Amino acid sequence: MATTPEPAFGTALPGASSLVGRIRAPRLRNHWSDRIGIALLVLAGAGLAVFFLAPLVTILLKALQDRSGAWVGFANFTTYFQTPALAQSIWNSLWVSVMVTAIVIPLAFLFAYALTRSCIRGKALLRNIAMVPILAPSLLAAISFIFWFGNQGIAKALLGDAQIYGAKGIVLSLCFATFPHALMILVTALSLTDARLYEAAYALGTPRWRRFLTITLPGAKYGLISAAMVVFTYALSDFGIPKVIGGNFNMLATDIFKLVIGQQDFGKGAVVGILLLAPVAITYAVDTWVQRRQSALLTARSVPYVPKPSRGFDWLMSAYCWLVAALMLAMIGMAVFASFVKFWPYDFTMSLNHYRMGLVEAGIFEAYVNSVTLAAFCATFGAAFVFGAAYLLEKTRGAEGWRPFVRLLAVLPMGVPGMVLGLGYIFFFVQESNPLHFLYGTMAILVVNTIVHYYTSSHLTAVTALKQIDNEFEAVSQSLRVPFWVTFHRVTVPVCLPALLEISRYLFVNAMTTVSAVVFLYSPKTTLASVAIVNLDEAGDIGAASAMATLIVVTSALVCVAYYFLQTWLDRRTQAWRQS
Amino acid sequence: MRLSLRKLVPAVAAALAFSAGAAWAQKTELLVYTALETDQLKAYTESFQKTNPNIDLKFVRDSTGVITAKILAEKANPQADVILGVAASSLDIFKAEGLLAPYAPVGFDKLNPVYSDKGKPPAWVGMDVFAATVCYNTVEGKKKNIPKPESWADLAKPVYKGQITMPNPASSGTGFLAVSGWLQGMGEAAGWKYMDRLHANVAQYTHSGSKPCRQSGAGEFVVGISFDFRGNDVKQKGAPVELVFPKEGLGWDIEAAAIVKTTKKMDAAKKLLDWVATKEANEAYAKNFAIVAHPAVKPALPHLPADLEKRLAKNDFAFAAKNREKILAEWQKRYDAKSEPKK
Repeated sequence: MATTPEPAFGTALPGASSLVGRIRAPRLRNHWSDRIGIALLVLAGAGLAVFFLAPLVTILLKALQDRSGAWVGFANFTTYFQTPALAQSIWNSLWVSVMVTAIVIPLAFLFAYALTRSCIRGKALLRNIAMVPILAPSLLAAISFIFWFGNQGIAKALLGDAQIYGAKGIVLSLCFATFPHALMILVTALSLTDARLYEAAYALGTPRWRRFLTITLPGAKYGLISAAMVVFTYALSDFGIPKVIGGNFNMLATDIFKLVIGQQDFGKGAVVGILLLAPVAITYAVDTWVQRRQSALLTARSVPYVPKPSRGFDWLMSAYCWLVAALMLAMIGMAVFASFVKFWPYDFTMSLNHYRMGLVEAGIFEAYVNSVTLAAFCATFGAAFVFGAAYLLEKTRGAEGWRPFVRLLAVLPMGVPGMVLGLGYIFFFVQESNPLHFLYGTMAILVVNTIVHYYTSSHLTAVTALKQIDNEFEAVSQSLRVPFWVTFHRVTVPVCLPALLEISRYLFVNAMTTVSAVVFLYSPKTTLASVAIVNLDEAGDIGAASAMATLIVVTSALVCVAYYFLQTWLDRRTQAWRQS
Repeated sequence: MRLSLRKLVPAVAAALAFSAGAAWAQKTELLVYTALETDQLKAYTESFQKTNPNIDLKFVRDSTGVITAKILAEKANPQADVILGVAASSLDIFKAEGLLAPYAPVGFDKLNPVYSDKGKPPAWVGMDVFAATVCYNTVEGKKKNIPKPESWADLAKPVYKGQITMPNPASSGTGFLAVSGWLQGMGEAAGWKYMDRLHANVAQYTHSGSKPCRQSGAGEFVVGISFDFRGNDVKQKGAPVELVFPKEGLGWDIEAAAIVKTTKKMDAAKKLLDWVATKEANEAYAKNFAIVAHPAVKPALPHLPADLEKRLAKNDFAFAAKNREKILAEWQKRYDAKSEPKK
């Protein structure tokens, strides 16, 4: 989130909300527009229940059934837990995820720190380069590392006798793939800090390291924890990377593949799915706990921090950022390069063969058009729904019992592996008796599935942005008898536009690359480019796979540029609104 | 603009055709689930539509594993009309689930009965055979002084240590057919003993059956255990590989077709199965496969031996199906739990 810190929305009446709340409460609670708010919130929650919870429960219930569908209690659990490879898989998944988190969070934090607290040049460019991995399918990092460090890799000598296949390759590739996710959250977190604290510290002569430890870190605590959770769950459930570069390294995600795709044992696959949900449940608990403590830290009168030049520090930060950017470019660049190489590693002539033969002649181009359509739908409807639901959740009142339920449904998708979600969709929507069966095999089901799959990050972004706006706006408009949608339209949306665009962009780029869930749901009319990449890689056409991936990266990059211009244009318009 | 026009023209044409539909014979659309390659689909569709211009084929194409999982997950309300080019071991599962409508296509009696379901009428009709094949990279072999293997026994020799990849049988049908071939050919005890020694040489168990041959072709590893179609394909694309058909016998499986019982387009589905059994269809398969179901069609592929059929190991599908879970459990216990490469 490139959200520059909003100017302080200082209110003339500090504590107005509590005052208004106390005096007018009985009449306000009865305002008719509140009821519409509640109705909409119930509707949003019902939507999530139908399109996320119901399919999830349908597939998880398979954990209690044998292959023929008979109820067998916990038999699947017991047999699965007796698999000798299991303990190894759990252990591998855990330590890899912990290690990736431990590497990525400090690196991304430093990068975000440089972007928000130093005066280095080319911040926008650096930030965009650092976001590049998110534009590519996660397995691209793995493919790229094989071209770099595989047995025929260009830089194989650097590894000595060691092999890139296995834990090393997985950790490295995951670090690249998760870096932008962490960066997004950390930049937002660091932008939110109150400059007045630094001014006070500066006036008192507090040294830089101490300011960092006592102001910066505590201020970014919530962001750090969220980022760590996102990276951890991503590493835990990603399957593309271990499949391509993991060699014989077993993880829970590869276990699911073996069970579901290799052996069609949905029962045991569901058991692993349940295991993977556990960390998210913990995330939810931690998240609620941290949020409760965090809300007191931010006030409406914060002043945005403006970094001051400091030559040595800026130079150091600049060097670090460009080093990271260079690594990112080396990663993506290798894949692009490989897509032009005629026959790796025996014929390094440049050619367009992979694009022509792999893509156009194999008829995969149509899949590309479908992917763009899917991404466009997700970017518009998805962003609108996610943001609307988050608004209703954060800013309206009433139906207090229903809210935690909706909140839980919003964060759970993060922990559901795509394969589990995809199968759940089949089991749930394929039944003729389901009134929503007509969606099966359409573009609509792919859109809904993709939005649900990427719901959590989008939701967290929306909530972070909404929390920046003082609730006093809602209180004041209510006291003026203005229905909430007028406030939403006039205040919330304009103020949150950067975040709204961020969500929309996030959904777009992810829809371009998503595989694991939609692989079960596409129909002859809705084949997707991302699925084609996996198939090409599986058939061994790594060149064509890289070509398709390059096409996706270029498309998403262009779309990001378009978003950038849209945002500048909108900023100018909303700026005028802010000053009036 | 050109793009939108290009879209518009078929749309208008479709609308016109639709309104004129009453006068024309209605086109039937069959939804076909398949694991065939895209270029094969194109050729097969053309051949089929020569005799059946009024039937359109729409494909959902993915790897055998994904297609099999999808069909089983859709069991409550099957979507496909026909399953085409999917491994017989998967079709046997569908048969056991009661998902297939047995049908003996016109000309079925002319096909080699060994490669179709034994039921009368057969639940699935064989198209072609794919067999375990070893890819050996000559360039890397020479560089590392690793000889070309001639037999399965060779692959267990210490010289191949860390140079072999093969598909994980728990993830891939190709992996399973190799394992099942060894167990049936050598006998169970000797088979496991062989795999113990082979395991010491295997660098990687991949999740896809095509990967090992590709890796060998790209020189990532010298030897890849894969299947004949992929080996032929890799060599044709210019990789410096030699294909080896170990003399002890090759594990194999069949690509077959079947009608889904719930189809509402039974006549069209039967037409497609009729085509599957024709000589023309078998000639189309013969462009990719060395063994096809029609005995009169003799494939001649540049990189595959003409007598491949004689090199197949005996394969009892019933044995493989019945013992699959047991074999996989044993395999995973022996090799998967400790499969992190030791150096």
